[in-house]
Amino acid sequence: MQTSANASHPKGSVWTDPKVRAWIFQILAVIAVVALGWFLFDNTQTNLDKRGITSGFSFLNNSAGFGIAQHLIEYTESDSYGRVFVIGLLNTLLVSGIGIVGATLLGFILGIARLSPNWLVNKLATIYIETFRNIPPLLQIFFWYFAVMLAMPSPKQSLEFGSMFFINNRGLYLPSPSATDAFTPFLIALVLTIVAIVFMVRWGRARFEKTGQPFPLLLTSLAMLLVIPGLTIVLWGNPLSWQIPELKGFNFRGGWVMIPELIALTLALTIYTAAFIAEIVRSGIQAVNHGQTEAARSLGLPAGKILRLVVIPQSLRVIIPPLTSQYLNLAKNSSLAAGIGYPDMVSLFAGTVLNQTGQAIEVIAITMSVYLAISISISLFMNWYNKRIALIER
Amino acid sequence: MKMVKSTLAILTTATVLGVSGFAQAGATLDAVQKKGFVQCGISDGLPGFSYADAKGNYLGLDVDVCRAVAAAVFGDATKVKYSPLTAKERFTALQSGEVDVLSRNTTWTSSRDAGLGLNFAGVNYYDGQGFLVNKKLGVSSAKELDGATVCIQAGTTTELNLSDYFRANGMKYTPITYDTSDESAKSVEAGRCDVLTSDQSQLYAQRIKLAAPDEYVVLPEVISKEPLGPVVRQGDEEWFDIVRWSLFAMVNAEELGITSKNVEEMAKSTKNPDIARLLGAEGEFGKDLKLPKDWAVQIVKQVGNYGESFDRNVGAGSDLKIERGLNALWNKGGLQYAPPVR
Repeated sequence: MQTSANASHPKGSVWTDPKVRAWIFQILAVIAVVALGWFLFDNTQTNLDKRGITSGFSFLNNSAGFGIAQHLIEYTESDSYGRVFVIGLLNTLLVSGIGIVGATLLGFILGIARLSPNWLVNKLATIYIETFRNIPPLLQIFFWYFAVMLAMPSPKQSLEFGSMFFINNRGLYLPSPSATDAFTPFLIALVLTIVAIVFMVRWGRARFEKTGQPFPLLLTSLAMLLVIPGLTIVLWGNPLSWQIPELKGFNFRGGWVMIPELIALTLALTIYTAAFIAEIVRSGIQAVNHGQTEAARSLGLPAGKILRLVVIPQSLRVIIPPLTSQYLNLAKNSSLAAGIGYPDMVSLFAGTVLNQTGQAIEVIAITMSVYLAISISISLFMNWYNKRIALIER
Repeated sequence: MKMVKSTLAILTTATVLGVSGFAQAGATLDAVQKKGFVQCGISDGLPGFSYADAKGNYLGLDVDVCRAVAAAVFGDATKVKYSPLTAKERFTALQSGEVDVLSRNTTWTSSRDAGLGLNFAGVNYYDGQGFLVNKKLGVSSAKELDGATVCIQAGTTTELNLSDYFRANGMKYTPITYDTSDESAKSVEAGRCDVLTSDQSQLYAQRIKLAAPDEYVVLPEVISKEPLGPVVRQGDEEWFDIVRWSLFAMVNAEELGITSKNVEEMAKSTKNPDIARLLGAEGEFGKDLKLPKDWAVQIVKQVGNYGESFDRNVGAGSDLKIERGLNALWNKGGLQYAPPVR
């Protein structure tokens, strides 16, 4: 009886229908949020106008007129604020990129070291992790900047490594390559070799699937990479000429320079985040059932292969989600650059540009959206990767 | 920390602009009288201009402007609360109403005056940008600085002047930009930069903070005009006039020979009509400004005239020993000039 009463639409007004009511409440809530947003936006706009504060985004086309210590793309003082924005963004991405790669490598090594049966290796990794993850990142940045980088000798007393690399309190100077005539044949040979290797790897895998006979893919690939492009060097000469930095006037000229702010920031962020990643890796590995290792061992697999083929693929599923948030933290922590004058997004765009133009609301809005976009991109990529390596359940 | 603070200030601005109504003429004076003190934005530690002494009292030429305004409004120069601000934070702090006056060695430029919704009430120090270098560098002119690494404070006109100067002279440089002037001075000491550039007054002030001030020299070149003065929000002319005339009263007092020592006596016994009008013995000039009759007397008595303030904070009577130069009165070869009270 009851079921039949429920199945038919209840008698009475639509207001008593829970489904309709839920819809109405949700629509009202959306309207309220939109109205509040519109009110805030409109009121801000009106007040800015009345107070004679310039607003809008046209300032991005105006000439900036100030110098920047590090720019990955061409820049002169007469370029626009829009270009300054791109430079700040690239500088932030540079630090985040180096930091993420460095922290991942270091973190994996430390995480595995922490599980090592070797007492010394194990304890050293533990001490590292416990020290660096418990000191605030800003202090670590200050340490690397003021106590290490700025304490380096002056350019005239630079530390030299083989008369090619120089470290002083202005940064790390490296020789920079430039292409010679021999570069084109070298490049062609390199590309051809890589294509050949790709085909060889496919063939090798197919053969392994069919016959079970392994082929030394790695060794052959390395040999091919060494021999074929190497031959072009013998035939045509060195593809790259190196420009070595030279002390001229106040400073070194020529070559590549990594400014101390960049070195201090990437070192600090890498070392700090690696401590967290190490713990994530350790927990991920420990989350893999010990039976898996024992089973692999009883099949006669060597220790390296057990780690590479059995344990790590399974632990990655546990590792990737928390690893993503560490990457996000690193990207966001890169804004601490402002503390040591590295020209990143916050210090360059939300700092200098904001002050020169006075358009605080627009600049802060742009900066916040940039960090949001960077974080969401990292998240999306990591989610995609997580799905790809997830255990396929049948 | 700095970053958090400036972000907060900016968010406050956004919120205030989003929710509040329009600043009415007279609103600032009413609000100041109601809360009983003037909230004054000053620098985050610049000897001679605004800094805290060992007892925590704020002193300096810029601080004196704040004190003069408080003396004019309340008859008590101590009724000021100070907000130390970095160069990056200062305009948002003023726009959002966090401070009533910004007296923080701020250069008067057209874009700041017209684009930021602010008004400059006058000039309390005529400055120009210069360079500070270590003597060891062996440089005697700014023209020899090609290829140098230069430390600057972020968010200042100096960043732009520096680039203009090097471009005009066909020289190259690497700028290293810090949030505070202290950080940039520290980096010059550490050798990260060859040169520190800033307004000359700041260079002298920073130099006495260095570990070995004698090892550093200020180069002779002055590469820009930097008229520094107090700033208020646009749209409240009444408050603007009060700040402007507090400064003028100090300059006029110096010109008329009124000092903190003789001001009370002069107010009673003067025969000079100019002095009588300024000190309220004749006419109702305070009333026009919505200030008490003895507003100028209180300023001069408690803060001193412009010359006294200059001498005590940055001139011969201070550690900085800066010459009056451009800041001498107009009739003594300088630029300090105030319209008459009449």
